[in-house]
Amino acid sequence: MSDVLVVEHVAKRFGALTALRDVNLRLEQGEVLGLIGDNGAGKSTLIKVICGYHRPDHGRLVVNGQEVVLHSVDHARSLGIDTVYQGLALINELSVYHNMFLNRELRVGPLLNNRAMRKLARAHLEDMGVNIPNVNAEVAKLSGGQRQAVAVARAVYSDARILLLDEPLAAMGAKEGTLILDLIRDLKARGEVSVIIIAHNYAQVLDVCDRVNLLQHGSITFDKPTSEVSLEELTELVVAEYRNRRLRGE
Amino acid sequence: MTGTLPRQKEAPAQRDRRLLTLLRTGGTVLVRWREASVLIVAIAMAIYFRAANDVFLTYDNLRNIAQATAPAAIVAVGIVLLLVSGEIDLSVGVVAALAPFLVHYAVDLYGIPVIPAFLIAFAIAAFIGFCNGVIVTKFKVPSLVATLGSYYLLLGILLVTSHAYPAEIPSAAKGRIQTIFGAGDWSSLIWCLGVVLVYHVVLTRTRWGLHTISVGGNLIGATEAGIRVNRIKIGNFMMAAMLGALAGILEAFRINSIDPNIGGGTALVFTAISAAVIGGTALAGGSGTVIGALLGALILAELQNGFNLIGISANPFNIILGSAILLSMVANQYLSRLRRTGGG
Ligand SMILES: Nc1ncnc2c1ncn2[C@@H]1O[C@H](COP(=O)(O)OP(=O)(O)OP(=O)(O)O)[C@@H](O)[C@H]1O
Ligand SMILES: [Mg+2]
Repeated sequence: MSDVLVVEHVAKRFGALTALRDVNLRLEQGEVLGLIGDNGAGKSTLIKVICGYHRPDHGRLVVNGQEVVLHSVDHARSLGIDTVYQGLALINELSVYHNMFLNRELRVGPLLNNRAMRKLARAHLEDMGVNIPNVNAEVAKLSGGQRQAVAVARAVYSDARILLLDEPLAAMGAKEGTLILDLIRDLKARGEVSVIIIAHNYAQVLDVCDRVNLLQHGSITFDKPTSEVSLEELTELVVAEYRNRRLRGE
Repeated sequence: MTGTLPRQKEAPAQRDRRLLTLLRTGGTVLVRWREASVLIVAIAMAIYFRAANDVFLTYDNLRNIAQATAPAAIVAVGIVLLLVSGEIDLSVGVVAALAPFLVHYAVDLYGIPVIPAFLIAFAIAAFIGFCNGVIVTKFKVPSLVATLGSYYLLLGILLVTSHAYPAEIPSAAKGRIQTIFGAGDWSSLIWCLGVVLVYHVVLTRTRWGLHTISVGGNLIGATEAGIRVNRIKIGNFMMAAMLGALAGILEAFRINSIDPNIGGGTALVFTAISAAVIGGTALAGGSGTVIGALLGALILAELQNGFNLIGISANPFNIILGSAILLSMVANQYLSRLRRTGGG
């Protein structure tokens, strides 16, 4: 299978803090890759490097076989990379449908085509099966899970070929979480979209992902197909490091 | 209406219900359409001053009110753009005073025709706004401080180059151009309404407006969504400065003198900020209304004019103005809380 995305020797520092030391990662066409790691391991930072938000200090990105230097989030979007950020990137003061088309607004001449955006937003949310009664409502009025659904819908229905989902299930109820997982499975079944998904719930990771990567100490230290790894093994992997450190008295 | 017979009771109850629905609809309009409350205050004030003094609603006086409203409202439109994007500009009032001088310098010192001289004045205003924007976005200086600096800098340039003396309107600009740009009875009001209409559409119906709200509402989120946040902010600084220049040129042509005191130092920009705030624009960023700012400017002009007519001196005016700002801020907070909880 061909890789749609290759990350090679990527490093990113914030002042004195090294968030990513030497990351190597690849994403195959049509694959769902789970990215796990401790809080503060640098998962979100890696996502933000891939989506053009952060410039890496070192290393290179290869998208669809071509090396690219991403200038901006828009640049990454133009290459088919779209993101659900951990912070969701929603504008409280705007309506649901304006948020769903943020920075990708439909227009008639210089004016916003609100009618078309409203209609599409409604259709997409319905298609997703998430209950958001009114697309005209300000996002500020939504619940945490509804807000997350809007952010996920925005990315999923953007025609992206590479989807980066940073904890898209964090605020989701059991039913809505399943909805989103089903959605990801649907995308996978169509085989056009490749996904990197960050989650702290390993059961969900094993459930929906083809492969899992562990980010530790600024690089990927574990890479296996989910078929070859169990929930216990994953948990053990993450906890063992903490246990060892405690044994060494650190 | 307290009939005990059941049959008689029905009609008033129905009427009550209808009245209640009407009131509730009124309340909804008041909460949803936030300019409505400001409009009501403006109208109530006109009724009060008309009752107090017959002169208030005469043609001549209405023109006075219009001419006081227009420059403040034009500057306030720029202030609204900036407040919505989470910034402020204290220097626009001096840009207003500087712009007609730039026209005067270009025409009378360099022999440039009037219309190109206008363009030069607007270009320089835009450049001033650009510098303000760059200082705020690239060098991360809070706009209150940055534009305080440019306020004094520009004031100094204005006073040094003009020797703090008024200049005459360039003779080439007299006649039609002067009439169109401020000297005609209603010319500044027409410009003002045009500006308000255009920017109302910009803020509510265009991508620029949406992104302006986004930048002020959630700067990080807007950046993550790929919005060029610096470009939006710098652009709004530029537009605010150019609107300041327009207000200054209109005012100079109206009073038929290019006066370094146009804008009265900080008076014009403070009036404009007051108008924006009274009109319902929050300083927190992310929301604001251009039409509200126009109504806010109208209220302030009505107050000043009405007090004048009634014979109250300018001194207590400040007490009223201060109270009005405080009151409208409190009302704003209250209304937006109502709006957020879906009241009305
Ligand atoms: N913009 C920034 N400036 C400075 N430091 C940052 C910035 N973004 C992240 N960091 C730091 O980089 C490290 C990695 O952060 P990151 O958000 O990537 O972790 P994460 O793996 O996503 O954690 P979590 O599971 O809690 O979301 C943290 O120590 C964080 O404090
Ligand atoms: Mg994170």
